[in-house]
Amino acid sequence: MPLSLTEEQEMLSRSAAEFLADRASLAQFRVWRERTHEQAFDPELWREIVGMGWPGIALSESQGGAGLGFAGLGIVLEQLGRHLSVTPMNSTVLCAATTIQLLGSTQEQATLLPQIIAGSLTLSLAWDERAHFDPCGVATTARSTAGGWLLNGCKRGIADVSSVDRLLVVCRLTGEAGDREGRGVFIVPRSTARLRIEATPMVDGRNCGEIELDGVELGREALLGGAAAPAAALERLADIINAGLAAELLGISEEAFARTLRYLKERSQFGKLIGSYQALQHRAANWFVELQLARSLVQEALLALDAEPGLALAAQGPALASMAKAKAAQVAELATNEAIQMHGGIGMTDAHDIGLYIKRARTLEQAFGDQSYHLNRLASLEGY
Amino acid sequence: MDCSLPSRGEWHHNRPMQELDAFRHAVRHWLEAHYPPALRGAAMPIGDLYTGGRHPKPVHPAQPAWCAAMASRGWTVPEWPAKYGGGGLSREQSAVLREEMRRLGAPTPLFSFGISMLGPVLLKFGSEAQKRRFLPEIVRGDIRWCQGYSEPNSGSDLASLMTRAEDRGDHYLVNGQKIWTSHGDEADWMFCLVRTNTSVPKHEGISFVLFDMRTPGVTARPIKLISGASPFCEVFFENVRVEKAHRVGEEGQGWAIATYLLAHEREMISGLGSLISGTALAPRALKIFGTDSDGKLRNAGLRHSLARFELDSAAFRITLAQAARTRNAAGMGAMASAVKYFGTELNKRRNELHLDIEGANALQWDARGPAGEAWAADWLRSKGNSIEGGTSEIQLNIIAKRVLGL
Repeated sequence: MPLSLTEEQEMLSRSAAEFLADRASLAQFRVWRERTHEQAFDPELWREIVGMGWPGIALSESQGGAGLGFAGLGIVLEQLGRHLSVTPMNSTVLCAATTIQLLGSTQEQATLLPQIIAGSLTLSLAWDERAHFDPCGVATTARSTAGGWLLNGCKRGIADVSSVDRLLVVCRLTGEAGDREGRGVFIVPRSTARLRIEATPMVDGRNCGEIELDGVELGREALLGGAAAPAAALERLADIINAGLAAELLGISEEAFARTLRYLKERSQFGKLIGSYQALQHRAANWFVELQLARSLVQEALLALDAEPGLALAAQGPALASMAKAKAAQVAELATNEAIQMHGGIGMTDAHDIGLYIKRARTLEQAFGDQSYHLNRLASLEGY
Repeated sequence: MDCSLPSRGEWHHNRPMQELDAFRHAVRHWLEAHYPPALRGAAMPIGDLYTGGRHPKPVHPAQPAWCAAMASRGWTVPEWPAKYGGGGLSREQSAVLREEMRRLGAPTPLFSFGISMLGPVLLKFGSEAQKRRFLPEIVRGDIRWCQGYSEPNSGSDLASLMTRAEDRGDHYLVNGQKIWTSHGDEADWMFCLVRTNTSVPKHEGISFVLFDMRTPGVTARPIKLISGASPFCEVFFENVRVEKAHRVGEEGQGWAIATYLLAHEREMISGLGSLISGTALAPRALKIFGTDSDGKLRNAGLRHSLARFELDSAAFRITLAQAARTRNAAGMGAMASAVKYFGTELNKRRNELHLDIEGANALQWDARGPAGEAWAADWLRSKGNSIEGGTSEIQLNIIAKRVLGL
């Protein structure tokens, strides 16, 4: 059962599934992960995706988008998860376009968003500095100079770092690492002097890496929005990203479940299909229930993030985003672990597809906060 | 301003929005006029809801009047047809009624197995005469019903039940024993599964019958539970005469009826999970453990468990709401099993968390929480949630077979 609620969403979900099965399938991912170059994604595939309008799904019609909101984007991300597709939808659309939407000036939005929609600009968000998401723990500094800005520091965990045109780098303008206020986001072209980019291949076969900013000099205009980013806007940015990642995790869990269920109906031992054994039936049924619960939270979180400010549902956005990410990550752990266990030895082989899901699931879980991070945040949001 | 209500049954489905608004307005006015002032602001935990019957035991003296007022409009069962005493409301109107009741803090006026279990069965399988006799009684709460399903040797394997109903022409002679009959000692009538044929496969020899608990040969004996309470009974039948006119459906159709009813029971039990929201856990935990300088609960393990429980509760609430929106007339189908399974396991978790929060205080027999909760008794009672109405394991079996096709 996909995330879609309305007829329009259902059509989007179906067309995304059909396209990805044809153009960005698991078999194609297997070929892609054997690449010898450091390209993060297939530019031809990206052109086709741009042609379908996916980069603008969440953006309003006045911004040149489809006006389907984050709920619409979530539907596509769910399908990307199901197919383990490799595209810059996460880096450029979910993270970067949302950053520009939330923090950019009217002028910057009018310049940058159409380029993203047209496929002529790819970006990635550089926020993390350590192995765990720590949104306020930004130590990378941006100092105001006579001509503009001077950036110093290191960033890591940057998706698609080897191919994107520009980076959106979260820097500290004032205060110290750990402060909520005083952070700003800079637009840094990849060809900038004194910017070193290094890929750090991850288990899931996607491109990811680090940057070192060693006295990078930028013009005044490089600071997105022309001022420090309000802490609340950065929190909303992380909420939207996490709800999107939760949708992708849900897709992974659903596909791992569907494939394992099929296997339970094919594989025989002791002269019977293994799916006829109650030990496995109960685990599969529990897994199914957990999937429903994760779906409900992901759907509700996306709706809340799309809701008009002022509505009661919108006020629940932060808590729901953390709940959705924590639940989707927990269920993805359950799903990918059970998928391997129920497949038995064959599930441990690289030749079998089921082992690919666990790798993507864990990298998505770590990005922008794992279960512990979000449970901790939820408790703080609720005042305990 | 005309606030008079149209007579029952005049409201039809799919009227435009403004008529729904007019309905809301009229409902609000009526509720404000009829909801007894004595009940306003009174805490109404699930165990204190009015259950009706020949010898009602209202916890609050104003409950019977509130029930009677609501029943006069059919609003104890808003969606049943008006010709059987129900409210004849559409699902949308019924939702409006619930919202308006919630606005006033008005509890459900009548909580009964007649409403949640027998009624749906009679509407689907009952004869016209049975509907006309029994449904209006259920709407008014005149008769309190109990359920004769489980037997000492037929728990999860319900279809193996042995209570015999011997054909005596115009009536049956029933002999045997039931167990786990909720409030069997207080109920007026029983809906009961009996074996009418022993020479066919077990699922095919069962019939669904109704009889008065005052019929000679019926004996109900309460069972004391680990919680100290006795909500369940053993019920013995010795040559009990049951009129054939009180058989619902055909002879041998009992199993189909039983499973239809069980799906409604599951929905009811899982719905209770959201009703018994009880005292919020976090404020109690904060009161007892306090916070550190970061404002975090001074018990990291409990803090983590609370957050996990809270997110699973939210997931369950949203799932339940979605299932209710998409359910059709036949109910939630197999989703009822998923909801029953998770809802009851969640309620057990909630009760274990109460213990974690309250500590040894919760284990004192006589201790009461700030809202009068009996911590220990509630905790022990919750262990039955995942057993009654089909164990968690049976629900997982149903999901595996019906939903997953295993």
